[in-house]
Amino acid sequence: MNENIKRFSYPYIVWISIVIVIPVLLIFLYSFIQSTGEPVVFRFTLQNYRDFLDPIFLNVLWHSFIIAAISTAICLLLGYPVAWVVSRLKPHRQSSALMLFILPMWINMLLRTYAWITILSRQGILNKILARLGMGPFHMMYTDFSVSLGMVYNFLPFMILPIYTSILKVDGHLIDAARDLGASGSHVFRKVMLPLTMPGIITGVTMVFLPAMSTFVIPQLLGGGQYIMIGNLIERQFLLTGDWHFGSAISVVLMAFILLSVWAMKRFDGGGSQAGTAGKGALPW
Amino acid sequence: MVKKWLPNAYLCLIFFFLYAPIVVLVLFSFNASSRATGTWTGFSLEWYVELFEDRQIRGALGYTLIIAILSTAISMVVGTLSAIGVYKLRKKARGYVLNVNYLPIISPEIVTAIGLMILFQSIRLNFGFTTMLLAHIMFSIPYVILQVLPRLYAMDPNMAEAAMDLGATPWQAIRMVVVPEIRPGIFSGALMAFTMSLDDFVISLFNTGNGVTNLSIEVYSMARRGIRPTVNALATLMVAIVFITVLIANQIQLRKKVRG
Amino acid sequence: MKKWLILLAAVFLVSCGGDQRPRLFVYNVGEYMDTSVLEEFEEEYGVRVIYETFDSNETAYQKLKAGTTAYDVVFPSDYMIEKMIKEDMLEKLDFSLIPNFENLLPEFTYLEYDPKNLYSVPYFWGTVGIVYDTRLVNGSVDSWSALWDERYEKEIFMYDSQRDSLMVALKLLGYSLNTHKTEELEAAKSLLIKQSPFVIAYITDVVISNMIAGNAGLAVVYSGDAAYIMDENESMEYVIPKEGSNLWVDAMVIPKMSNNKELAHAFIDFILRPEIGLANTEYVMYSTPNALVLEELEGEGWTENDAFNPDLSKFPNLEMFKDPGEFVAEYDRIWIEILAGAK
Repeated sequence: MNENIKRFSYPYIVWISIVIVIPVLLIFLYSFIQSTGEPVVFRFTLQNYRDFLDPIFLNVLWHSFIIAAISTAICLLLGYPVAWVVSRLKPHRQSSALMLFILPMWINMLLRTYAWITILSRQGILNKILARLGMGPFHMMYTDFSVSLGMVYNFLPFMILPIYTSILKVDGHLIDAARDLGASGSHVFRKVMLPLTMPGIITGVTMVFLPAMSTFVIPQLLGGGQYIMIGNLIERQFLLTGDWHFGSAISVVLMAFILLSVWAMKRFDGGGSQAGTAGKGALPW
Repeated sequence: MVKKWLPNAYLCLIFFFLYAPIVVLVLFSFNASSRATGTWTGFSLEWYVELFEDRQIRGALGYTLIIAILSTAISMVVGTLSAIGVYKLRKKARGYVLNVNYLPIISPEIVTAIGLMILFQSIRLNFGFTTMLLAHIMFSIPYVILQVLPRLYAMDPNMAEAAMDLGATPWQAIRMVVVPEIRPGIFSGALMAFTMSLDDFVISLFNTGNGVTNLSIEVYSMARRGIRPTVNALATLMVAIVFITVLIANQIQLRKKVRG
Repeated sequence: MKKWLILLAAVFLVSCGGDQRPRLFVYNVGEYMDTSVLEEFEEEYGVRVIYETFDSNETAYQKLKAGTTAYDVVFPSDYMIEKMIKEDMLEKLDFSLIPNFENLLPEFTYLEYDPKNLYSVPYFWGTVGIVYDTRLVNGSVDSWSALWDERYEKEIFMYDSQRDSLMVALKLLGYSLNTHKTEELEAAKSLLIKQSPFVIAYITDVVISNMIAGNAGLAVVYSGDAAYIMDENESMEYVIPKEGSNLWVDAMVIPKMSNNKELAHAFIDFILRPEIGLANTEYVMYSTPNALVLEELEGEGWTENDAFNPDLSKFPNLEMFKDPGEFVAEYDRIWIEILAGAK
């Protein structure tokens, strides 16, 4: 009779094999072939990957990594104290505060990103306010600054929520005990809080870093066409240049990079803790 | 004293950062100037009129809602049944399914998008409503499954079996015993699927055609042109809908509390 | 449960049923048509027009090539039409269905990209030049070299389209904008990379609102966009640099994949009507090849404007793009190297 219920999963196994596994295989296949000019006839090649080894493209990969890493770091530095402050609020206040973090995420991401153009432009709102104070104008739009700002803005809630969950799980008595034993504030943070909330931090970092690394919308809108991150490179291959093979090769590289980061994060986490996942259920560790 | 106001001030600052752009969007939807330039030139409702006359937006809004509703409904049903089936699978098979299930969640959206596009292209599917719906179902189901599975694990495993021993068909057992137990998981999964579908841009962009667009695609093309504040009017309406929904939901909860 | 099913069924019916009128798929450049004329067409012919936009010829080409949408009327530029003809992507037009073709000025038909004029009907034409803020630039700008002037550091917007941006550098170097020499393209590339510290960004249509707002001092723009910008911001001026520039014609074509060719012809003919042409011209402010529209505009100050309607005899170095054929791979490569190297 277990057998009967088990059967409910069979259609889904077929479905995911078609819409998840096969596309990945197709991208893989595309990245290793070259069109010969004739329809259906293809040739195996490593050329697409060799092309990617061009310093220019490696530079794009490196730059994407740096911008994503910086944005993630800023999210962590801003987000951890937020999560801490919220966790100290009265319970009913906590849920309203959380609501306020989630609320903006229900408004279309492109609209929220677009809003920054009006704020950051040279004749934009921020520069107008700064001018009143006798400063500026600053050149903010279409720079590293505007792009990382767009990322921090979009992804900050992804950092706050898991850290908040993990802070809640910390037994308050542990902190009191550490204090009673004479530990200073910073000591308590480093020796008690940080290790105990590490799972939340790792989930947060992953949830910010992954989308930041591969987005093409934010650099496109806030960075201009010359602001090429790895996502833009892929998008251009498919929508502009029409080289699906090279585009697939870059996708494979990006995918490998992402899976590697996920694996590294998991290792870093020690594999043992489950704290970050329970609430979100969105990530596999 | 310092200890009291500093954290609150910090929290306010972060909220300011999160909401300032939204306020700007809303404010400038009432700006008389035809340009989204950051200069206030007077109050006007012109952009709302233009928005309602905009056929592109109207069409996109319709498709966005229809696809969100359909894909949520389908992934809710399929996802729940599959989760129940997966839960009963042997460890190895379950491992395979769950790992594959995670793939769309951790892969970059753009990679998922082009993978599907290549698939649909190679089986010569007609790009448009069907491809976009299939794509949305594809990325929605994994979230439903991930929300439902923990509920299944938390459930007494013998309940369904007891029901079947008493003569229920598997179908009846699921409907009358299992589903009521895991309902919260189903609903939170469905809610996730619905919001993901409403907000999706990258996957939709690559997997549509023949005049089928959604709001994100329209907003992207409007934002890249950056021409008229109708975008702002649209944003304001969305903000209004979200806030009203949340208010109503809160009211309902409050009332329940009062009654209970 | 039953309520849910009914709701679902309703949603499904709405999504499938609804509008049963025949559909016409139009694919045009962004901000390139007064879309209210589409409604007129719909009413007159009892059809539904699905209107989509693109922001570069290359995007449009890929979209057509991928075949995800069966477009009926597309508005590419000269060199792209040449390429599409070569690749057998376009339908031969039946000019008996387009009587308004005779409204067009003869100098804009039978052009090099379609020498026998079998496939295309011109829509608008124009040039590419610099729009600049007279408050920033003392005197006037007359050369592309202004875009390399260090006084204008972080004052420049370039256009995010490979042919147009490379054209600027090639013209400044004195080369043809249709060069087939890799070393000339490489020289243009180095020049553009050298320019990058002065450039704010490579953007497309957003350049219009940015220049109206005064977010930069100089920008490479199409002539009609320049006319629009000048109309909204009085301190802006447009110039076609003395080294020469690109003269382009955008035209309407019917792709082979179109499912509704008869209606597509009717649409093209509709666009050529004087009153429709006038509405579009006043909306997009590009130069019209339609003689009847030009007559209507006579004496309104439009026809004497260099941005809107340049006297071509004054600009001998204008060149039209040609399809680079296989050489396009070189353009693609150079272009991505410029963008990625410009950071």
